[in-house]
Amino acid sequence: MMQQLLIYPLLLQLFLSIVLMFAWGKVNLQRIISIVGSIVGLVFSGMLLYQVLTQGTQTMQAGNWAAPFGITFVADAFAATLVLLTSLAGLAVSCYSSASIIPARIRFGYFSIFHFLVLGLIGAFLTGDIFNLYVWFEIIIISSFVLITLGGEKAQIEGAVKYFTLNFLASIIFLTAIAVLYGLTGSLNMADLAVLVPKLENKTLVDVAAILFLIGFGIKSAVFPLYFWLPASYHTPPSAVQAIFGGLLTKVGVYALIRIFSLVFLGDSFLQETLIVIAVLTLFSGGIGALVQKNLRKVFSYLIICHIGFMIVGLAMFTEVALAGAVFYLIHDIVIKTNLFMISGLIYRIKGTVQLDKLGGLYDKYPKLSLLMLIPLLSLVGIPPLSGFWPKISLFLAAYDTQNYLVVGMVVFASLLTLIVVAKLWAEAFWKKDAELPERSHFLYFDKLWISRRIQFIAPIVLLTLVSLYIGFGAEHIQQLSTRIADELINHKQYIDAVMTNRN
Amino acid sequence: MEFLLAIITGLLYAAGLYMMMRRSLVKLILGLIIIGNGANLLIFLLGRITKGSPPIIGEHEKLLSDIYADPVPQALILTAIVISFGLQSFAIILVKRAYKVVKTDDLDKMKATDEEV
Amino acid sequence: MKTIILRTASNYLLPILLLFSIFILLRGHYLPGGGFVGGLIASIAFVLHAFANGLKDTKKLLKIHPGFLMPLGLAIAFLSGLLPVLGFGEPFMTGLWLEYPIPVIGAIGTALFFDIGVYIVVQGVVLTIIITISESA
Repeated sequence: MMQQLLIYPLLLQLFLSIVLMFAWGKVNLQRIISIVGSIVGLVFSGMLLYQVLTQGTQTMQAGNWAAPFGITFVADAFAATLVLLTSLAGLAVSCYSSASIIPARIRFGYFSIFHFLVLGLIGAFLTGDIFNLYVWFEIIIISSFVLITLGGEKAQIEGAVKYFTLNFLASIIFLTAIAVLYGLTGSLNMADLAVLVPKLENKTLVDVAAILFLIGFGIKSAVFPLYFWLPASYHTPPSAVQAIFGGLLTKVGVYALIRIFSLVFLGDSFLQETLIVIAVLTLFSGGIGALVQKNLRKVFSYLIICHIGFMIVGLAMFTEVALAGAVFYLIHDIVIKTNLFMISGLIYRIKGTVQLDKLGGLYDKYPKLSLLMLIPLLSLVGIPPLSGFWPKISLFLAAYDTQNYLVVGMVVFASLLTLIVVAKLWAEAFWKKDAELPERSHFLYFDKLWISRRIQFIAPIVLLTLVSLYIGFGAEHIQQLSTRIADELINHKQYIDAVMTNRN
Repeated sequence: MEFLLAIITGLLYAAGLYMMMRRSLVKLILGLIIIGNGANLLIFLLGRITKGSPPIIGEHEKLLSDIYADPVPQALILTAIVISFGLQSFAIILVKRAYKVVKTDDLDKMKATDEEV
Repeated sequence: MKTIILRTASNYLLPILLLFSIFILLRGHYLPGGGFVGGLIASIAFVLHAFANGLKDTKKLLKIHPGFLMPLGLAIAFLSGLLPVLGFGEPFMTGLWLEYPIPVIGAIGTALFFDIGVYIVVQGVVLTIIITISESA
């Protein structure tokens, strides 16, 4: 039983969404099942990470078909860490949604689809087969399409058209890349590909496949020239949906990029330079975009793009320190971005708007809540000793060592832009004098909610804030973990060995 | 056969991209469907076409002795078709909703989410 | 489309198509066929019935909402994949087979139940899609 622990978080999410479909229409029951199930999922993921850290990479050959013929599931330290973070974010958002999503949307199967989305995310992290990765990506985007349109307001539908088109296109490009790679090697198993691809003679076609992968995953992770769908759609759905989207959907693209470019396509200087240029431009354009926006949610959307740049920078430099920085940033970013969108939802619930020029006086009215929200905001900037600070040191050092002074400058510049954005946000929303807003009828303001609902709003924010405080103050542990992950990514021989020899 | 399929695949990609760059919502969906079919054909083509030798091991043999058709691309295509079936039906309903709500099928007029509100 | 020929024919075609879909489902392990195709044929049977007699009659015939078939089929497929994990300590989705074949049906294994699950899910999905589209038109 225990040697198959890696599949349990996956099976649990599938089980939850099936059970939730049976509980169609029963709103309260669905809320309870979702929260309890997510807690169990968190426990499973924690056990999995512990097992991986103590016993090394875990694998499972689905259907007992030996690699490279069957579909392999692999949990190395990287995948297991991300599964744990996904479960954590899933629990927080599940608790948050049970308070913030209106019953009509829950009745249309919100929670069931939500767990399908988490299933897709966990599957994408755990799979060791490139076509299977495509299938998990499809599960992710189909569920996210439903979540983004659920409710069917005008802005949602318009955003969904853009979101749908570009994500569908990205999947097709990804599929094309798989076709080219399969034609070249005749294999789909990533560990097998890592052995076969360096031996190929037709380097041009390998480069074509690599670029296709870069574009496909680039659209999904919203890097520089391919990000326009994100700010056009992410601010339209309810804030709980935004939280899971902002926290995890782009990160799964980043994960796929890191996985593919550290395992299959290696040592191409052209590709590395392309990645550096893309990353620098992503940092720049995301930061500038966030600066000019007036809608709180759009500000956060642009910040997602900006901070994707940090991870791509780490991948592009491809030294151990740089990768450790990228992985650390990924860990920090998942927690922080999920939290930020939940905070924007809370602000919306308190004031009835997220326009920065209309907000104000939050600190005056809710000083304790404001201080709670201050911690994630400052972590986002990376004020030492909070969580955003440590990975930037690694990235900075790596860029200095590899003499990428442009990257050094841009990492500092993007951090500065983030600081300005957060300072502006704090001044506008929290410290500015409260402008009298007209009372909205039929709108449930925060202070009119029941106390239990209010706790459900605040508890997940407190949880994630505590986690990001831990990441900041316990940075030693996270740094050790990231260094280990980076080491495993660079010396990928043990990944290949774990997949190819383990034939249970 | 390979030559013909290669040309058809190229045509499907080109036609799909052309349709996607039109202004109309319906043409956008058509373009996505066409380009998806192009990708499926590409997998089929790159999986090497072998005629008339199915991958079936004879009764008295233990291994395949002859050249055989690779079954994996077909499984991949089937999976991709099923997935795009779901996506396309979603897309069609989405387009219908979009037309009802926004009251236009001109993509240039769907820019409310990009404007400063 | 409410011609008397189509209506009469559809009354006979419905059971025949359903039987044919089950036949396709069962032969799918070694021959062309399987859960997906079988499910499509079964849902075509109901769609044809809806064309001839109207959606209301078909819904009355179905008795349950087709949306309910989705979790049901998913649960069957999920359990057939889970059985090797919980019962035998084998990896997820390992095919388990009964030792002796049963007459008429043939060898019974978890793959069959997985296919039956797919069959039910496909019916549920296709019928839900078609009913939703035709009702909102």
